[in-house]
Amino acid sequence: MSRYTWAPGYCDDGDRPQIVTSRFKYDDGYSLERYLATGGYAGLKAALGRTPTEVHDEVKAATILGRGGAGFPAGTKWGLTPQGVFPRYLVVNGDESEPGTYKDRLLMERDPHQLIEGCLIASYAAGLSQCFLYIRGEMALAQERVATALNEAYAAGYIGKNILGTNFSIDIVLHWGAGAYVVGEETALIESLEGNRGMPRLKPPYFPAAIGLYGQPTIVNNVETLSNLPWLLVNGAAAYTAIGTETSPGTRMIAVSGHVKRPGVYEIINGTTTFREVIYGEQFCGGIRDDNELKAFIPGGGSAPWFLPEQLDLPFEAKMVGPAGSMLGSGAIMVMDHTTDIPAMALTLVRFYAHESCGKCVPCREGGTWLMRIMERVVAGRGTQRDLDQLLEIGQTITPGQYPHAASERLGIAAAPFPFKMTTICFVGPSAYNAVDSALTLFPDEFQAKLMKRTSIPVTAVGAGS
Amino acid sequence: MSRLNEANVLHAKEIIGRYPKARSATIPLLHLAQQQDGYVTNEAMAHIGELVGATSAEVLGTATFYEMFKFEPVGKYLVNICGTLSCALMGADELLHHAEAKLGIKAGGTTDDGLFTLERAECQAACTEAPCLQVNYRYRFKVTPADLDQLLDDLAAGRLDGEVPPHGTVAKVRQHIPANKAVGAVPPESVTAPPVWISEAAK
Repeated sequence: MSRYTWAPGYCDDGDRPQIVTSRFKYDDGYSLERYLATGGYAGLKAALGRTPTEVHDEVKAATILGRGGAGFPAGTKWGLTPQGVFPRYLVVNGDESEPGTYKDRLLMERDPHQLIEGCLIASYAAGLSQCFLYIRGEMALAQERVATALNEAYAAGYIGKNILGTNFSIDIVLHWGAGAYVVGEETALIESLEGNRGMPRLKPPYFPAAIGLYGQPTIVNNVETLSNLPWLLVNGAAAYTAIGTETSPGTRMIAVSGHVKRPGVYEIINGTTTFREVIYGEQFCGGIRDDNELKAFIPGGGSAPWFLPEQLDLPFEAKMVGPAGSMLGSGAIMVMDHTTDIPAMALTLVRFYAHESCGKCVPCREGGTWLMRIMERVVAGRGTQRDLDQLLEIGQTITPGQYPHAASERLGIAAAPFPFKMTTICFVGPSAYNAVDSALTLFPDEFQAKLMKRTSIPVTAVGAGS
Repeated sequence: MSRLNEANVLHAKEIIGRYPKARSATIPLLHLAQQQDGYVTNEAMAHIGELVGATSAEVLGTATFYEMFKFEPVGKYLVNICGTLSCALMGADELLHHAEAKLGIKAGGTTDDGLFTLERAECQAACTEAPCLQVNYRYRFKVTPADLDQLLDDLAAGRLDGEVPPHGTVAKVRQHIPANKAVGAVPPESVTAPPVWISEAAK
């Protein structure tokens, strides 16, 4: 259970460094008053005292990995905008909808000023003309908290014309989404922000850094990524990289859900913390409910291939999780104990992605629905071996070749490393197949047990001739 | 039913003014229309098209992509029960069946009194608090069938009127950019130079 009744889901009470969740312990952590009393906007002041290039170099030196799922370093991303092309925009990706994930919602609800300050620092460093904060439509409280924070910050002179008396000026515009998972993909987010159906654009040429919002260079950053910036500017890149490992510095937020004793959102040290610590550690989830056996877990949101208990000792380090056959994605861990009906649970994920396919690429639009229909049949006990073969065949159409999966001693299979090939523009297509592949590869016997049993019915010829 | 009313047209113009291109305001204006009428009417979509410089078909095209927009009347309270993995692991199916039995409707249906619409929703980003649901996009966490009964009774009796606004109202607080502080949005074509703090720092 959360100690903090005002922040349901937030369970972190360990003695680890807190970079982005330091204000979650206050019930009014979202107010400007509390923000200023706890060192708020000091990062902005530190940034404004330096040149934009110096600020950008600091962020590059910290190698903050993007927290949306792809894990691309933020400082490098900013540097990809073509020289001398203006205006440039910042689009903040707050359309968090990956199954299992909700760190961004908590950051927006509990500490919106920290996000705003991060947006201001990014805009200053990269020379951006306007910032759009795209928040998922279903998150009513997050929208209210961010709107209130923006109104307060405008009134106090932290946003708008000549911020804190300098020549730095920028508007931050709150934009409401309206419910579409695929809009979390950066080019779809831009389409949606232009007032269109949120369908991804083809890359190349539509890399947002080059051709983004209104065809201009655009930086798309995740809420958690930007929320790291105020701390970074106050404490410096050296302090940031001192936490975690060289390739995965700092902390990251994770959400652990499913069959654990204390499901919740935690800020963990990046790179070194292992899945075992998170699932079984007393400071974290404290083990599986009713002390059941762990059957499988998903390490990085609904789109990530599943892991087995044998992968528990892997750390939160992309360089190790990738070769083991999965990804860290958005930091959502979903835990399944031995009572779990694997095909039925895989179906819930397939249904999610089939529902959320935008319809632009045929393999995803048709394949997702086919996968869902076949899985429904199998789970209902009306499937045949032909159905299981068909699932794999559809998978080959969406994501040809070897799909990543974990190693299993019991089944005698070695890991197939990340990433995979795909015939679709974005990751929604492969994600639809992901749960099917993991479940079929790691738990083939559970599917076999569900197949329709053909009983032989004795046939006796009865008719006029007999 | 109706186009945007006068107050909402003023609000719509304020929203449009924040974007370098008016079309970007399409989704926020659709929310405004839905707040006004409880769902998005054809007239409102035509009106939004006039305001942002798009055809009504283009506005319809955008609107129909998004889950939250409804094109026919729904209940005063839209109850979305999450059914994706984390919630399914913790009993979301039982909760949905319980709600269907209690309200006497299937998921997707609306009660005869127009009070409740029930939907099976996809991941709502409260996975550690499973099973969860939203009423008009306001969360309820770790919902048991008994909690659900209580919630539906409270809503029907109007005991949660202050907390849960009628369907269509997404945020009770809106952003307002004060005119004296606003930098203002300019069309991207009319900007070619770097922002002043960049050019002066380069000197």
